[in-house]
Amino acid sequence: MVQKRVVLTFPQDLIEQPIIYKLVKDHDLVLNILRAQVTPEEGKMVLELEGSSDNIKEGLKYLHEKKVKIEPLAKDIKLNDKECISCGACIAVCSTGALSLDTKTAKLNFDRDKCILCGCCIPACPLRLIEIEI
Amino acid sequence: MTKTYAQINEKIKKGKAVVVTAEEIIDLVKKKGAKKVSQEVDVVTTATFGPMCSSGALLNFGHSDPPIKIQKLWLNDVPAYAGLAAVDAYIGATELSETQGINYGGAHVIEDLISGKKVKLYATSLGTDCYPAKEIETSITLKSINQAVLFNPRNAYQNYAVAVNSSKKTLHTYMGILLPEFGNATFSSAGELSPLINDPEYRTIGIGTRIFLGGGVGYVAWEGTQHNPSQKRDKKTKIPVAPAGTLSLIGNLKDMNRDFLRAGIFEKYGVSLFVGIGIPIPILDEEMVVRTSISNKSVYTTILDYSVRKRKRPSLGKVSYAQLRSGYINIKGKKVPTASISSLYKARQIANILKRWIKDGKFFLQEPIERLSLRTKLRSLE
Repeated sequence: MVQKRVVLTFPQDLIEQPIIYKLVKDHDLVLNILRAQVTPEEGKMVLELEGSSDNIKEGLKYLHEKKVKIEPLAKDIKLNDKECISCGACIAVCSTGALSLDTKTAKLNFDRDKCILCGCCIPACPLRLIEIEI
Repeated sequence: MTKTYAQINEKIKKGKAVVVTAEEIIDLVKKKGAKKVSQEVDVVTTATFGPMCSSGALLNFGHSDPPIKIQKLWLNDVPAYAGLAAVDAYIGATELSETQGINYGGAHVIEDLISGKKVKLYATSLGTDCYPAKEIETSITLKSINQAVLFNPRNAYQNYAVAVNSSKKTLHTYMGILLPEFGNATFSSAGELSPLINDPEYRTIGIGTRIFLGGGVGYVAWEGTQHNPSQKRDKKTKIPVAPAGTLSLIGNLKDMNRDFLRAGIFEKYGVSLFVGIGIPIPILDEEMVVRTSISNKSVYTTILDYSVRKRKRPSLGKVSYAQLRSGYINIKGKKVPTASISSLYKARQIANILKRWIKDGKFFLQEPIERLSLRTKLRSLE
């Protein structure tokens, strides 16, 4: 089993089609929608796919054929830990538990694997030490 | 057995004082009992590092030539109060920049000064016979100015309430971002390590107490503003179950550093100053061991709903710091994630630095010249 995170852009004419349903059903994938946004112009989705590497490959091929734009999740949250005072204000708005205080040292921990890049922590940091990289 | 301040200071002088932090004493008492620990331990160090809005610096710039009686003053475009004599001024931590708004404030000016950065000074005056200059624009550094004193009217709150939000909208507060419908709960206290939690009835922390302040040495100047000792207290521990006592602190800003004094911005609220404070508690007798060995399990605080826009916010019950530190608390049957906005990590660093200073014979204890009031009540603005 492998995991892959991608950013999908759906052209307007695809928005009402059951693309994700077909992706799950025909390719035996476990999907986790991390973010989704529909605007009048397009639909955007940050998707985590889990399955065999062959199935993921086939699934992405299906999306490509449907004219869904696929981009790797290149964004990253950047935390300046050298300057961080471990106050914990960012943890208050982190819904996935990616940010936490180490139970022993009380130092701020950032678990990148749990981060869904929602960006809520950026304004929550009083020292302005968190940035999102595109 | 009882000890005096003089006896403890004598041991510090000889490098023989036994010093532990307010966290370390907890297990020590569990193992050995309060009586034995009272004989063995001389000092317990307590600490906190959190945003403390009622902070600021008293500056004396030295005189210009020709001299000026400064009446209006800006430091890096942040207004400072100059209505005292000619070149005295007070820069408050929460004052905002007139050009950068919420992104820069008095706390940042203080941080820039202790970082050795140049700060732009602009001032105006009506001009007098003795102070002819009407305007001055120059730059200052912490080194260049005559005096710089951190003088904080209200710090080191003895306990603080937990903030939650029952409304349907996100709230931006000095307690951080509060998510709707009890989406989170924030708190701000070092709990079992916090100074006034370890001396709930102000036996040893009073006017004149020597402390660690912002990386340097400071003193308790007075009771803090809004000092409220009449707050409801736990019968056994005597610890208030909501915000109570406060301290006004003073120290030489020139000796401080940005590891323990840091500007912060609270989104859509404003600027504040994170202040690092360490206070030693002398183990005069067994009672002080009992007081300092309390743990997060027995320290309670009140949950307040910040969506109620009133002076008196309704209480949603009480929780212990052990529960708050566990990551979740229960409110009305809902599992609510918790987050601290003061740094326990930094507080521990401070408690350990102060411990080292005392062990190394560099820091002596000062008996309070006056005790803080245990009786005054809080008045409101009507």
